[in-house]
Amino acid sequence: MATFFGEVLSVYSRAVEEDEYDDLEDENEEDAQIRREIEEKREVRVRWCPEVSESVGSSEQLQCSNLIIAVGPNAAGFISAYVLRSENWTQVGWVSLWNERSRGSNRPDTAPQPGEPGCVIYRQNSCPSVLICQCTCYIAEDQLFQWAEKVLGSMQRRSLSVTVLSDAPLAEYKVPDYLSGGDAPFLRALKTITYTSTLPCPLLEQPNIITGLPAAVLSHCQVQRIPAVLFQCFTDVIHPDSVTMETYKPILSCLGTSVKLETCLSVETLQKLTRIHDAQSNLYT
Amino acid sequence: MFVSTEDATPSFKGFTLILPAVSVGNVGQLAVDLVISTLNMPKVGHFHTDCLIPMVGNDPYSSSEQVSTNAEVYLHSDLKLAVLQIRSPVLQNKVKSFRKLLVSWIKSSGFFRTVLLSSSHAYQRDDQQLEGSALRYLLSPALQDVGDTLRELGWAELEKVSAFPGINDSEKRLYIPGGGVTKGLYSDCCAESVPLAVVLLFCSEGDNVPDAFTLTNHLNDWLHLLEKSPQGSTPWRAPSSWRLLFGSGIPPLLF
Repeated sequence: MATFFGEVLSVYSRAVEEDEYDDLEDENEEDAQIRREIEEKREVRVRWCPEVSESVGSSEQLQCSNLIIAVGPNAAGFISAYVLRSENWTQVGWVSLWNERSRGSNRPDTAPQPGEPGCVIYRQNSCPSVLICQCTCYIAEDQLFQWAEKVLGSMQRRSLSVTVLSDAPLAEYKVPDYLSGGDAPFLRALKTITYTSTLPCPLLEQPNIITGLPAAVLSHCQVQRIPAVLFQCFTDVIHPDSVTMETYKPILSCLGTSVKLETCLSVETLQKLTRIHDAQSNLYT
Repeated sequence: MFVSTEDATPSFKGFTLILPAVSVGNVGQLAVDLVISTLNMPKVGHFHTDCLIPMVGNDPYSSSEQVSTNAEVYLHSDLKLAVLQIRSPVLQNKVKSFRKLLVSWIKSSGFFRTVLLSSSHAYQRDDQQLEGSALRYLLSPALQDVGDTLRELGWAELEKVSAFPGINDSEKRLYIPGGGVTKGLYSDCCAESVPLAVVLLFCSEGDNVPDAFTLTNHLNDWLHLLEKSPQGSTPWRAPSSWRLLFGSGIPPLLF
């Protein structure tokens, strides 16, 4: 393809890669071995703390009636600031994985430290069948399906209900009339066929789609007929921001009947989460 | 693997399966959307696999508020037609597994024949291919008897290219640039005696909606899925999810 200055640009397709996959056809034993090792390195594993792995027992499945998954800095921040109070929640496990952007497993047998990116699972002390999973690390495309299968597979399916909170950039929200930006941040929901509770916000309109971890979790729940709902918060701020986190508040009433969450805002936690993104120095101050 | 939406798995024995390849311009997928949307085909199951990038959204064909996943199967009992729609790319390292999965599902379901809708880069055509129709077909050995019907429709078989261009023309090979899994799946079906027809269009990236209509019209000439109107055109109905294909509305302040 030539532009009018005579340069030749390579044509690309948004659907497929240019390379043919011929080289994958001639795989020798060494290639196969390398591929197996990479697959093992990229495996997603659910790790329980010692006291929990005993109670999980031989069935390898944890009792769970409500699982709340928070994906992204604002969703995780909302959970930290509004829900997770150290007295009532205990860390019971984490999901260990490795990819090029999340090299977390220098210590694969230790849980991520507070502030480190990772997927940490908490259990409510007063009601041990309520679990929260906060995901702040990057999960690669080829690990998403495995993550959903392994995490949801480690919970007992009977009477399980899943709620996912996720951040998304406003730029990805498609709407016929251009949004002035004054409407953001806002929530949209997507639910599986077996989820019947009322929703505090509208459903995600066509032709918008969801990708990433929320999509993997919702797909798994839809296929396994687990009642699940996803709340996607569209925001125009890239960093953790208190206004965006506040947008998630209506979902607490949604959970309210089955789950007792003490929703006391921890202002110090909120400040700590949002402060790191204040401009350190500014040419104008 | 196939997971039915109902408790019982529907029978696909003797049905025709149409599926798209994720290929240049997404033409196959758009064409499948037209078929499902126009024929009002109900969903009968999900194709639940780790080979595709996960994706969900609301029902693309109506406002039923049912969530849709990245690969779903739709059925039309009267036409004995099953359609598998694939909505997201195949993961790079899972291409071979995906082909194997498809072939094994096709065989175990007992489909009478399979039609793969695909496309290939238009800029890779040679001088001969630049003239005439952009449509090409390929048939696996198990479906060779259909060849006469397709040739009567004026369809051309996809030409092989020289394996060593410029050196000698004796060795020829199949070359489908931009076709995604098309070539691989075709080879697999040939090897496993699966009756497969590949119907592809040469096209480029851009607004590929007209290409989708072209492909479905050709497909209809062969499979007779829909009656043509008296004016000669086929009344395909684009699904409501085809709005905003190129993004949101434009901010008025831009001007």
